Amino acid sequence: MTAPILIFGWGNPSRGDDALGPLFVERIEAMNLSDVECLTDFQLQVEHALDLENRERILFIDASFTAAAPFSVSRLAPARDATFSTHAITPQSVMQVFVDLHDEDPPPCDQLAIRGERFELGEGLSAAAANHLEAALRWAEAWLAHKQAT
Amino acid sequence: MPFALETAPNPEQLKRVVIEPVSRVEGHGKVTILLDDDNKVQQVRLHIVEFRGFEQFIEGRPYWEVPVMVQRLCGICPVSHHLAAAKALDMMLGVTITPTAEKVRRLMHYGQMLQSHALHFFHLSSPDLLFGFGSDVAKRNIVGVIAAEPAIAKKGVFLRKYGQEVIRMTAGKRVHGTGAIPGGVNKSLSAEDRASLLKDAYQMIAWSRDAVHLIKGLFEQNLEHYNAFGRFAAHNMGLIRADGAMDLYHGGLRARRADGSTLFDHLDYSQYMDVVVEDVKSWSYMKFPFFRSMGNSDEGWYRVGPLTRVTQCDFISTPLADKERKDFMAFDNGSATGATLGYHWARMIEMLHAAEAIKDLLHDDDISGSELMATGQRQERGVGVIEAPRGTLIHDYSVDENDQVTHANLIVSTTHNNQAMNESIRVVAKQYLDGKELTEGLLNHIEVAIRCFDPCLSCATHALGQMPLEVTLVGADGTALDRMTRNMHGVCDRPDQD
Repeated sequence: MTAPILIFGWGNPSRGDDALGPLFVERIEAMNLSDVECLTDFQLQVEHALDLENRERILFIDASFTAAAPFSVSRLAPARDATFSTHAITPQSVMQVFVDLHDEDPPPCDQLAIRGERFELGEGLSAAAANHLEAALRWAEAWLAHKQAT
Repeated sequence: MPFALETAPNPEQLKRVVIEPVSRVEGHGKVTILLDDDNKVQQVRLHIVEFRGFEQFIEGRPYWEVPVMVQRLCGICPVSHHLAAAKALDMMLGVTITPTAEKVRRLMHYGQMLQSHALHFFHLSSPDLLFGFGSDVAKRNIVGVIAAEPAIAKKGVFLRKYGQEVIRMTAGKRVHGTGAIPGGVNKSLSAEDRASLLKDAYQMIAWSRDAVHLIKGLFEQNLEHYNAFGRFAAHNMGLIRADGAMDLYHGGLRARRADGSTLFDHLDYSQYMDVVVEDVKSWSYMKFPFFRSMGNSDEGWYRVGPLTRVTQCDFISTPLADKERKDFMAFDNGSATGATLGYHWARMIEMLHAAEAIKDLLHDDDISGSELMATGQRQERGVGVIEAPRGTLIHDYSVDENDQVTHANLIVSTTHNNQAMNESIRVVAKQYLDGKELTEGLLNHIEVAIRCFDPCLSCATHALGQMPLEVTLVGADGTALDRMTRNMHGVCDRPDQD
């Protein structure tokens, strides 16, 4: 049975604040919520479109250089955004792959971009990022309760 | 084989073009091209920022943490690092692992090979191959492939997903798995997981064979172009099984010169330092390995990876892949075996082999056995070598009496291929850029050559808002003559002309 809510965070836990996505998911997973599935990966790829199947809502979480502190939230739409950079693609592209595979709209997807400051190999989470993570988790309680508009 | 175009005699008088970062490869790479006043290519270099201090990151840690920790080197081939580290620490523990442990690890490795090769071919390279190297950049990506060629793209998505499932079921998790541990594995495959994977195993074989035929067809349609593109001669090195079969998990080292003669064969890989030396060059962070017996990196550089493995082995142990290998070797009197784009064809033959090997292992009852761990006589040092998707991967550790790693040396596939990638882009620059006005499409030819090697530059930080591409043309007097940018959404612009 697929859980109706998917929490999907990505990043490299060994690269400083890039760990924000996986750490956020770890904290949500520790809540043991019956209707929530938690997944992490280093980066997004096309096969993650298959993880969107049979969901009611999805929250994508990543560290961000550019988001306003402590975090920003946006409602996503599928897009052929021609992500070119590396092996990774954007959440919007993942949603578009879902559309192309299934010929239907994906479930509602929100993106939580948590502000990070330092991303060097072997670094721990910065103090600022730790504060941003706590703020994001407080916001997520409302999102999980379906009270938080995006 | 010393290089033309590595170092121009008068670089300060030349125009400089920079491609940074190189796209659709893992991590950060940069290409610099120096042109004279007639746009003739005078110097081409691929610069790579390698694993920044990862060896120091490992040193001082308890050895049993290493197979998990090294997975954080890379978001694309963590399983390869996981297994190479486990193999090195098996040796350090003096262990010959049990049949169940070896087969579970092999299954994990073939799952990795399947998903990585599917990612590379369908997601990263098929846009160039299906649409053309200089086609519209806005469509030249995996999302464009899904829109234009949905049947092909869907196979890529499901092949990759299947490989990831094999990894999840053998390693315990999708990422940061813990399946392989020094001395064996911590679980075997459950009956439920075997049945689940077997259900789709034959479909994966069929789709993998389709992929081999797809790239073969592209060679047939573009024979002259595909054979000549970035072509160069090289020595080769890779693992080989004792009977000469391709073996991606274990074997001895085989090296052949560019003329096909044998340099060494079935060499115990723990002696790799006797045959391979790493050179350094002032203009690159990445080392340049070469064969010690050849004296220097100009003469002794070599390549590794799918093209090497498929052409160096005597046979492949699974029938469908071996048939495709024979077809590849015979095609156009063997011309594709030396083609840089032949990497893609060889890669798909390996994907087919991985799919067949997964099926065979799922039918083997040892895969669900209960003998998971072995013990042995502890040593101070261990070396593990594996054929990762991109080529030979070496992990070498020394461990003290307190179980702490005191020394670590990693030579990854992309490092082995450093000089080969440089050679390929020099050939392509001469073939396609010489005397031309540069365009994004022409510059993509350089990136197409690099992508043939599927380099894993491993910079897994990928926070939102990164990864622009900027190409700057600088005149001989240092003045910026032209600048082209491409943002993370693939939109190209010449900002100075707005």
